[in-house]
Amino acid sequence: MTLAAMSSNFLYAAFICYLIATFVFGGAVKGNKTGTYNSESRWGKTAFIITIIGFLANLAYFFTRWGATGHAPLSNMFEFTTAFGMTLVGGFLVLYFLYKTPVLGMVVLPVALLIIAFASMFPSEVSPLIPALQSNWLAIHVSTVVIAEGILAISAAAGLVYLLKVVDLTKKSKQRFWLEAIMYSLVLVVGFVAASTYFTVTDYEANFAYVDKEGLDKEIAYKMPPIFGMNEYEALSEGKMTPLVEMPAIVNASKLTTVTWSVILGTIIYWLIRLVARKRISALLKPFVKNVNLNLMDEIGYRAVIIGFPLFSLGALIFAMIWAQIAWSRFWGWDPKEVWALITWLFYAAYLHLRLGKGWHGEKSAWLGVIGFTIILFNLVAVNLIIAGLHSYA
Amino acid sequence: MEKKQCQCGHVNPPGTILCESCGRSLTEKEQNSKLVDMRYEGTARRSQTYNKSIIDKVWNFFSSVKVGIGIIVALLVAAAVGTILPQEQYVQVPVRNEATIKAYYSDVYGEVGRIYHYLGFHDLYSSFWFIILVGMLAISLIIASLDRFVPLYRSLKNQRVLRHESFMNKQRIYGKGQAPEDVLEKAETKLKELKYNVTLDKNGLLAEKGRFSRWGPYVNHIGLIIFLFGVMLRMMPGFYVDETLWIREGETRAIPEAPGYALESKKFQLETYTGEEKDGAFSEAVDRVGSVVKNYQTDIVLYKKAEDGLPGEMENMEEVKEYPIRVNQPLKFDGFAVYQMDYKQNELKAMNFALTNKESGDSLGELTIDLINPEKFYELENGATVELKGYYPDFSGFENGEPQTATPLPNNPGFLVEMTTPETPKGETSFILIRNTIEPFGENQFKLEFQSAETRNVSGLTVRKDKTLPILGLGGLIFMIGVAQGMYFNHRRFWIQQKANGEIVLAGHTNKNWFALKKDLDQVSEFASLPAYSDQQEDIEMRMKKEGEEAL
Repeated sequence: MTLAAMSSNFLYAAFICYLIATFVFGGAVKGNKTGTYNSESRWGKTAFIITIIGFLANLAYFFTRWGATGHAPLSNMFEFTTAFGMTLVGGFLVLYFLYKTPVLGMVVLPVALLIIAFASMFPSEVSPLIPALQSNWLAIHVSTVVIAEGILAISAAAGLVYLLKVVDLTKKSKQRFWLEAIMYSLVLVVGFVAASTYFTVTDYEANFAYVDKEGLDKEIAYKMPPIFGMNEYEALSEGKMTPLVEMPAIVNASKLTTVTWSVILGTIIYWLIRLVARKRISALLKPFVKNVNLNLMDEIGYRAVIIGFPLFSLGALIFAMIWAQIAWSRFWGWDPKEVWALITWLFYAAYLHLRLGKGWHGEKSAWLGVIGFTIILFNLVAVNLIIAGLHSYA
Repeated sequence: MEKKQCQCGHVNPPGTILCESCGRSLTEKEQNSKLVDMRYEGTARRSQTYNKSIIDKVWNFFSSVKVGIGIIVALLVAAAVGTILPQEQYVQVPVRNEATIKAYYSDVYGEVGRIYHYLGFHDLYSSFWFIILVGMLAISLIIASLDRFVPLYRSLKNQRVLRHESFMNKQRIYGKGQAPEDVLEKAETKLKELKYNVTLDKNGLLAEKGRFSRWGPYVNHIGLIIFLFGVMLRMMPGFYVDETLWIREGETRAIPEAPGYALESKKFQLETYTGEEKDGAFSEAVDRVGSVVKNYQTDIVLYKKAEDGLPGEMENMEEVKEYPIRVNQPLKFDGFAVYQMDYKQNELKAMNFALTNKESGDSLGELTIDLINPEKFYELENGATVELKGYYPDFSGFENGEPQTATPLPNNPGFLVEMTTPETPKGETSFILIRNTIEPFGENQFKLEFQSAETRNVSGLTVRKDKTLPILGLGGLIFMIGVAQGMYFNHRRFWIQQKANGEIVLAGHTNKNWFALKKDLDQVSEFASLPAYSDQQEDIEMRMKKEGEEAL
């Protein structure tokens, strides 16, 4: 077996461990109806051990892939996103070690699973480095960023648990709406994974010629049935679906098609869950957070920012500037990725000032934690795939 | 406003909340509250004291945390708006000027692009309002820090050991009760063991640890201010050089803005991955993408003017070093850095022609025209000559019958030549383009027939010098130190007093992590048999919760 193949197997193993641990953590929380903490701590410990095994497998994936490619596996969308899933679990392990809270695992692990699944939808073969990435700073800068983001994401997870407990789901409110919106968007990721997997397994491909925004003739391969057609498209493959709507040149209709399929499938899955359960997903999760200590969740959310923010400053701004000065001759160029790193940093700076200066604790702080995670995800997904810039490596 | 004299006799500056000396509450609000507000030690902050003159108002505006957060959020939103469409420096237009860029936005992005450009968002980060926002952030950082730091520093520097009982019993951690005679000595021993600084005064004790963590926020703000100052400096001349240098293989050019230095390009190369690296591990990726670049490299020689050489003289240069400039490996010398940024492959260098008789096809000889510095006159065999009457390196068409060149680069060379042979002593004029020849004065007997072309690569290098980098680095370093100082350490204090009747009063305060403070106090209590203490804030919260439940 080659090192690259071994590496993929380790990732599978990690994925399966996380999946099992999710349910064991869920059991640890749910099984504790009477409020005794014995069973919670026993099952919690089991789940923690399974998570650690998964994390070790995940690390093994990382370092075997490093061995296979000769560079830190942080150079494209698949590698970075997978690493993000890994550091998310790593961040959880650190905070679990400090606070022993199984309920956090019940939230973090499924999110990590979604992130790793999402990552696997991108080309995952080992690829060589372009000149701009051939530097030790790749490992230094990107790994610091991904660790910081993993820890900051824990703040969102703790916030989510906090909100699940405090938001009153029996009454109509903005809070109830947005909490469910978070659940819905998580299901949309499932929709994306489902759609990509289905069309990849069935080997769908339709080729089109089109005219791009600079007026040049280009070709494109759709991996999903084209709902939207590219600007002035012309079908090259026979017997495939004709696009329903033609888009102007500035819209990448192929990506829009992927998003639309994900939304369609995600929405179907979401309503299936709602129909079967006959309640909101947040209401479905509510019983799991019944015994949560709110002060502790608030503290974890804050602690995660306290650890994550300085690391983020170091990795995403300072190291980033040093490398940009070496590779691109300027430490700052207002490239979209740079700008969104700055936005993330400003956001967490505002979070800290609101908390320390204006006394925003508890629910407000929890919402901020969740919004911070959304900004991080936006920078990861949208800035790479939609807004083109120097960092578009996917 | 007047100065405030406390009952203890100490005269406090106007606006003081807690007496600097004994700690008594000086305002009515503070007197009525159950716990004292310890955030800035009850000192008089300028922003909370004066609000009369314009200066007061400006000061108060910028010292407000709310305003600071407002500026942060405004910057955040503005920064995000700038990423909706690409900024102008990332826009590719054939000829760069205001009109073409404006046209680009409306052509490519339609109405949205037109409005985006109209609002100036295509160059948002250098717009005056964005710079003003950054400036306001800097002012806010300075004023908000000064407003808090100065009184806080004064107050923590002049701390008294003995505080009034009303100060002690309004602390979050408070205890009172009988204790053995030697309690102060024992507490001192234990506190010192726990690495506290202990000061004694008469019947009282003050133990303190980690005061420096209180300066963390101000230190990190200083770091940010230094950083912003460095950024501002680069607008001054002399601090910052950013030049582009296009250099052809074999050329030697003076380095712009670096007097006395010259660069020779030996060779430019572009390598791509073959897919066979690492035992073929990358073959799949290379096949999928088609071609992945492995290396952009310009091999150069750096020359320096000799000590006794004349300025601008290119001959008398000393070789400094040979170096391959690659992406991520700029050439460095004397504070400058030269980067591999761009390239152009196969630029035309010279063209070979043969002067031939159109009818017979006989050649009268060949000539080579250098496309950068072409010679005017070429002599061939048998007395034939060719004169280059006009050279248009990047021919773009005729204007009023005159040939035009778009750029001085030999992208599309055009030659106006006069050919003279023994057969045509009067000369024949011909205008030669690639794959096209125009004979303006009627049919010629002879023509210049294209034989071959020589090409070479051109490297696009960027020359940088940035004297502000050390300042920026220092700012970043100080910021990180401040953040760690403020976030990972905390300031803990205990006050213990032994009254005449032997009763002990104790109070504790920390700026964060109360759990750890209580752990310290528990250790001291056990060793020195201090009276039991309580967390008064938790008590208040519990009571409120209970009352709330009873009210239901």
